[in-house]
Amino acid sequence: MANLKELSKNPEHLTGGHRLCAGCGAGIMARQAMIAVGNTPVVVTSATGCLEVSTTVFPYTAWKNSFFHSAFENSAATCSGIEAAYKSLKKQGKIKDDIRFIAFGGDGGTYDIGLQSLSGAMERGHRMLYICYNNEAYMNTGIQRSGATPRGATTTTAPDGKAKHGKEQSRKDLTAIIAAHNIPYVAQSYIGNWNDFITKVQKALAVDGPTFINVFTPCRLGWNYNPEETMNLARLAIETCIWSSYEIENGVYKINVKPKEKKPVTEFLKLQGRFKHLFKPENAGVIEEIQKEVDRNWEFLNKRAAENNQA
Amino acid sequence: MIKPVYSKGKLAAKTGNEVMAEAMRQIEPDVVAAYPITPATEIVQIFSQFVADGIVKSEYVAVESEHSAMSATIAASAAGARAMTGTSSQGLSLMWEMLYIAAGLRLPIVMAEVNRAISAPINIHGDQSDTMGARDSGWIQIYSENSQEAYDNLIQAVKIAEKAKLPALVTTDGFIISHCMEVVETYPDEDVKNFIGEYEPKRYLLDLKKPYTLGSIDLQDYYFEHRFQVAQAMRDSKKIVLEVAKDFEKTFGRRYDFYEKYKLDDAEIAIVAIGSTAGTTKVVVDSLRKNGIKAGLLKIRLFRPFPVEEIAKDLAHVKAIGIMDKADACSGAFAPLYSDVAASLYAAGATVPKLANYVYGLGGREISISHISGIFEDLVKIKDGNKTPPISPEYVNVRIKKTM
Repeated sequence: MANLKELSKNPEHLTGGHRLCAGCGAGIMARQAMIAVGNTPVVVTSATGCLEVSTTVFPYTAWKNSFFHSAFENSAATCSGIEAAYKSLKKQGKIKDDIRFIAFGGDGGTYDIGLQSLSGAMERGHRMLYICYNNEAYMNTGIQRSGATPRGATTTTAPDGKAKHGKEQSRKDLTAIIAAHNIPYVAQSYIGNWNDFITKVQKALAVDGPTFINVFTPCRLGWNYNPEETMNLARLAIETCIWSSYEIENGVYKINVKPKEKKPVTEFLKLQGRFKHLFKPENAGVIEEIQKEVDRNWEFLNKRAAENNQA
Repeated sequence: MIKPVYSKGKLAAKTGNEVMAEAMRQIEPDVVAAYPITPATEIVQIFSQFVADGIVKSEYVAVESEHSAMSATIAASAAGARAMTGTSSQGLSLMWEMLYIAAGLRLPIVMAEVNRAISAPINIHGDQSDTMGARDSGWIQIYSENSQEAYDNLIQAVKIAEKAKLPALVTTDGFIISHCMEVVETYPDEDVKNFIGEYEPKRYLLDLKKPYTLGSIDLQDYYFEHRFQVAQAMRDSKKIVLEVAKDFEKTFGRRYDFYEKYKLDDAEIAIVAIGSTAGTTKVVVDSLRKNGIKAGLLKIRLFRPFPVEEIAKDLAHVKAIGIMDKADACSGAFAPLYSDVAASLYAAGATVPKLANYVYGLGGREISISHISGIFEDLVKIKDGNKTPPISPEYVNVRIKKTM
């Protein structure tokens, strides 16, 4: 568990003055992750996306540590190249310090275009932490559907129309895909609980091998809600079990945050413009399907965690 | 047959791929990230063995694609490592996006490339469509006629790239050179290491004293200046290529230039060619000379940067020039080498040469002495005014009748 008093002494690696939106979840995510790093020297890579373009408008940078970006689909391969350079130079005595490596990517750069690069890097076993800041669509290019977009949400490439009503498919379970690489640490978190996320980042950075965190990160522009609701929405996702906070440590599942009382999905959906059309009477069936899917996934996760406890 | 020129040199029979791997072992880069592809596979395969045997300090990243190969190589270079890779054809195509980024970020990566045709149809044999397609990516491009040149060029490329702060690739012709056993003179490890020197990057990501951001977004206010600097660095690297060649000659005894002139100074007709075809052309030039025909050859070594002024000067007196491209441009105009030679001559105000473009060898199609003799016969006609230079490429040894 992270200690707030201790954390407050940690340096801020991501400074203010970047150009992310008011209420942007990605900025909160990156700040929390970098506070978690503390005084450990770290090199950060990022996929092309909101976080990258908004924090590095030349000649300015919001990053106090070394930060590197080259393209969209290769944050993991990029991080692995830096880690390889580090290993080589350290072996030769040209670098003395211990340095850690974090790769950021949005859900576009992680679930979709960067999945191959991520899979390769995880399989190769580089000591790096990959953080997917998952805001459930391609926000930087203007809110297009991704493999992380949930069923029913409207995006600019899965809009609500006369014949179709938002995305028709469920999102893929990327965390399970990464867990299938049998890496030492895989987790899901959300930005509405600094302690949950920061503890996981610290845990991941301590592991000598590849680690992965999928962090639920609301986007006020893409989800179409008031900027002050960002943290509230992140928490509501957990309280409705639309998203869950869990970790898989050396293959053992553990649910980290269990809602006291599981709220209906509508509590989460109704605050966002992207789900507005679902509340028309003719779309009631979609909400029902979403609820069923959430219930099923939550039950499955609980079963997995319970099995691990028995074993 | 190669004649030894270095007192401490060693003669050995090696394929083009083996000799490129040997140069990589001696260069001993900090990081190599690569993905196998025919006909370049052996280079990284042999190098992996060096890593497995612990005889190089290099980290080998066995990536899952060429896109990741170039991404990891770029990142390693940005991190402060001397970084190399190797590829061919579709592999280079998959790297496309990252090739421009390597140059744009001014990273001195060196690539051992083996020329191979581009799909479709899929074909594994040697033509130069792959690297010709990458000619505007900001990579220094050095072509090799044989294995000896491939070895010497790869060693020189490290120094050139690091001085120019641009990536550089060295190629051989797929199979013709990559898989052909030739006697090559190699130099002792220590002498190669001394020649290339230690890599000392000024700014790098792993420098904790000076952390920095690389790969920022450049908008209308900076992008143009940065791209200008890349183009200018490419122009400026001509000088570096010559300096390194001079150093190389002083150290090891072999002479290199932008291009090789073969019986060109008094030539009335000449061929401009790249790679192994130049060797065949020399044989034809010799036999024409015996018959009193003033034939010559200009063999390109450095294609990027293109030695504009020098080539124009050395070709200005030639009455008919056949420019041989082992790649087509599908441009509706001419193939890449022709376009650059023609532009160079026009810019220099040359009025003597008449030019013809010959596309040949696609997908490894045979190019023999008789085909090259045919081109020279064509050039004689053009020189004597008995043939008008065609306004589109002539296709050599292809079973299709031109409809135009």
